[in-house]
Amino acid sequence: MEWETVIGLEIHTQLATRSKIFSAASTTYGAEPNTQACAVDLGLPGVLPVLNAEVVRMAAKFGLATHSTVARRSVFDRKNYFYPDLPKGYQISQLALPIVHDGFLDIDLEDGGSKRIGITRAHLEEDAGKSLHESFQGMTGIDLNRAGTPLLEIVSEPELRSAREAVAYMRKIHSLVRYLDISDGNMQEGSFRCDANVSVRPLGQQEFGTRAEIKNINSFRFVEQAINLEVERQIMLIESGGTVVQETRLFDPDKHETRPMRSKEEANDYRYFPDPDLLPVDLDDEFIEAVRSTLPELPDARKARFVSEHGLSDYDAAVLTASRELADYFEAVVEASGGLGKPSANWVMGELSGALNKSDADINASPVTAAALGVMLQRIEDGTISGKIAKQVFEAMWKGEGSADEIIEQQGLKQISDSSAIEGIIREVLDNNPKQIGQYRGGQEKLFGFFVGQVMKATQGKANPKQVNELLRKLLDS
Amino acid sequence: MHQKTLVELSADLHKGRCSSVELTRACLDRISKYDGELNSFVTVVEQQALAAAQAADARIKAGTAGPLTGIPFAHKDIFCTLGVKTSCGSKMLDNFIAPYDATVTRKLLEAGAVMVGKTNMDEFAMGSSNETSFYGAVKNPWDAATVPGGSSGGSAAAVAARLVPASTGTDTGGSIRQPAALCGITGIKPTYGRVSRYGMIAFASSLDQGGAFTRTAEDAAVMLGAMAGFDPHDSTSVDRPVDDYTGGLNTPLQGLKIGLPKEYFGEGLDAGVAAAIEASLDEYRKLGATLVDISLPNTHLSVPAYYVVAPAECSSNLSRFDGVRFGYRASEPKDLEDLYTRSRGEGFGDEVKRRILVGTYALSAGYYDAYYLQAQKVRRLIRDDFLSAFGQVDVIMGPTAPSVAFRLGEKADDPVSMYLSDTYTIAVNLAGLPAMSIPAGFSGGLPVGLHVVGNYFEEARLLNVGHQLQQATDWHTHSPQGF
Repeated sequence: MEWETVIGLEIHTQLATRSKIFSAASTTYGAEPNTQACAVDLGLPGVLPVLNAEVVRMAAKFGLATHSTVARRSVFDRKNYFYPDLPKGYQISQLALPIVHDGFLDIDLEDGGSKRIGITRAHLEEDAGKSLHESFQGMTGIDLNRAGTPLLEIVSEPELRSAREAVAYMRKIHSLVRYLDISDGNMQEGSFRCDANVSVRPLGQQEFGTRAEIKNINSFRFVEQAINLEVERQIMLIESGGTVVQETRLFDPDKHETRPMRSKEEANDYRYFPDPDLLPVDLDDEFIEAVRSTLPELPDARKARFVSEHGLSDYDAAVLTASRELADYFEAVVEASGGLGKPSANWVMGELSGALNKSDADINASPVTAAALGVMLQRIEDGTISGKIAKQVFEAMWKGEGSADEIIEQQGLKQISDSSAIEGIIREVLDNNPKQIGQYRGGQEKLFGFFVGQVMKATQGKANPKQVNELLRKLLDS
Repeated sequence: MHQKTLVELSADLHKGRCSSVELTRACLDRISKYDGELNSFVTVVEQQALAAAQAADARIKAGTAGPLTGIPFAHKDIFCTLGVKTSCGSKMLDNFIAPYDATVTRKLLEAGAVMVGKTNMDEFAMGSSNETSFYGAVKNPWDAATVPGGSSGGSAAAVAARLVPASTGTDTGGSIRQPAALCGITGIKPTYGRVSRYGMIAFASSLDQGGAFTRTAEDAAVMLGAMAGFDPHDSTSVDRPVDDYTGGLNTPLQGLKIGLPKEYFGEGLDAGVAAAIEASLDEYRKLGATLVDISLPNTHLSVPAYYVVAPAECSSNLSRFDGVRFGYRASEPKDLEDLYTRSRGEGFGDEVKRRILVGTYALSAGYYDAYYLQAQKVRRLIRDDFLSAFGQVDVIMGPTAPSVAFRLGEKADDPVSMYLSDTYTIAVNLAGLPAMSIPAGFSGGLPVGLHVVGNYFEEARLLNVGHQLQQATDWHTHSPQGF
């Protein structure tokens, strides 16, 4: 039987506010346990939450960027359950009236097409703390630094049909929240993680199959692996006569499997009800328009502009707009180079990306700044150096040996464009290789390359290749 | 000295006729003399109080004092007080030293008032007799065999017994007004949102409101003036200026329209209480007020609606008492489940458990719409009843409680009968209105309270109405025998 996969993602994005969603404590990652948890985060008797206005602005930004409705009224609810890292015994979230709903996002497919994925809703909630099981013999440590960190939970429609599509969607959301400057998207630190709802059904069937929810996946690679493993498991289960049960599962990358997290008996009734400590969030048109005016150029629009303005291919434009930082860098190179779109794209996607990958560095920490790279591209354009020498210059810049101009000067890499000088060198080469001249003139035209090579060798690659070609041909053919 | 009102004592302090240290010492002495029997205090902070009194005396000398500077008072043990045990009347918090001050605590501290201690209360403010306290029942100073009312029973008894001139309280369904009535003193619960709830341990967040106990309306005006105001730490507090509560106390009541809901004078009302209320209403007529018969047709729904909303919110509010971070923790827990069940099972008393269970049930999947949502709709009907009544009248009056103080243990095993003793006060919390109880005579030797309800943010009018009655009558000056 042919099976169709149905996936919906719930992405938890940590919003990049300085303070927590309902308290003034700092959200900085990595502090000593429990040093960034104030009375409100600890859920001390008598404390009350006060909504951080910044999270509302950030959520509205996301809503506008995904063609969603930004709710004129949203309400915070309490989700009640007991867990040691949940200080109040309830999590403040939004159930019935989320701040953002009914939007969409277009993802790029591998066949070059695109697909529209519905965004059901995005709601605000507070994160819980962390339970630390290591280094406490027979006990559990609780770190409440993360408790109260603002999260935006983005729920997609079950419209993704493969692990690849799911990853493309997740990447797009990841890129978007960073474009919008509402999240650092740091997956190692858990600022961007997702739950995947996965089911399968016979191809052509309308009704959905029973789904399993894989919790807390924190990398693109793991999302793809986890979904593929789960799809495989479900198909095998059904084909061998079993049935899929609705449950929460955990992905274990080491054992390469998904397995049930908690049994049904322990299933919680969260007893949601509106939090009486918080007022409904009412937003007016003025607020929403003010947020709209702060939206940056979004990835899709930027990609289209790169094609039309800088003459890039769709593919190059897509690669360069995948992250805001990369796109910003590229545009800065173009500007510094005086408008060299295509060469800028080639260098950013080629030498620069290669060097960054090799040293596992972030583009923001690139030793070669966009301005410096732009100047170097100008030097290629104005004939000061050849493209080949440029690679040498780039390498020296990467090592911090100075600007392009300094390196060219210090290392004498300036291209030789003086016709008489080049002609002198060519004559010398010809004088030293009478045998090859004979062969060339006898019809072995391939040997032209040999002479070019000899000239370049004699000039340490600095001779202007165009002039070398012209003069060489003139002298050989005369 | 102990027979003087807060305002009289304030005048004495400012005129140098006594010092705050003397006054505070006198209160501490009376507490140690009488409170063994009354049990109105959970904690007395002698050294801290005397130090604060000394500082207050310095302020008075320096000329930077306000009307509350140097005045001894007691906090209901529900307000967090930095460095002082804040038990909420529960074994669960018997070991809890608050690491911060409630906003109300801070405001009274800044006003220079001298806290002498924390008063006994029904556990987590759940009760109408002060019998659910982990620290034992509080006795009514008028008759030690009767209850002082609850949940703020300790605060009411302490003021009635002249141990302190004023105290704070909280009112979720009548917890200030009912004990004020049963103890023969003045108690005011302002509009929901007028006094910050930050640092006031939550029972039912949408109903809880802080207020004050004093002997006179004039004193209540001074206390409330210091406690009220917008607080950025409480999202439900209201950002509007605080009225001048003392300025209008002497406004004549000529032309005041008093609404008398027929539902408050019907079945279940004790005849002696009814007679005392009638007598007070006669006084108002003499003061130039007009009495208007009105109806609040949804009154009968208020107790059932309240006993869905309040337990539902409490079941969630009290989840934080899990034995993990503070408060009581069961010894040697086997596992997490055991830690939770035994810490909560051993740390909470019966009434608290009963309400947590009721509330958990009311919020459960499949029942939410029928109970919680329905109760919220009833709240709107009740509020609409009041709003339409305030279209006709300026204030609404009736008895605060259907009877005078009942005997200790009388209703302890009959929760429904206990709940019904709050019939007249509960609707006011559901609507979020301000209300007060003022002394209105006696029935069988025990005090009767007159319930006065105002429109939103009309605390100044309530205080004016209360003060005028107290100018015309002397019921508020009666003190219990032996105190």
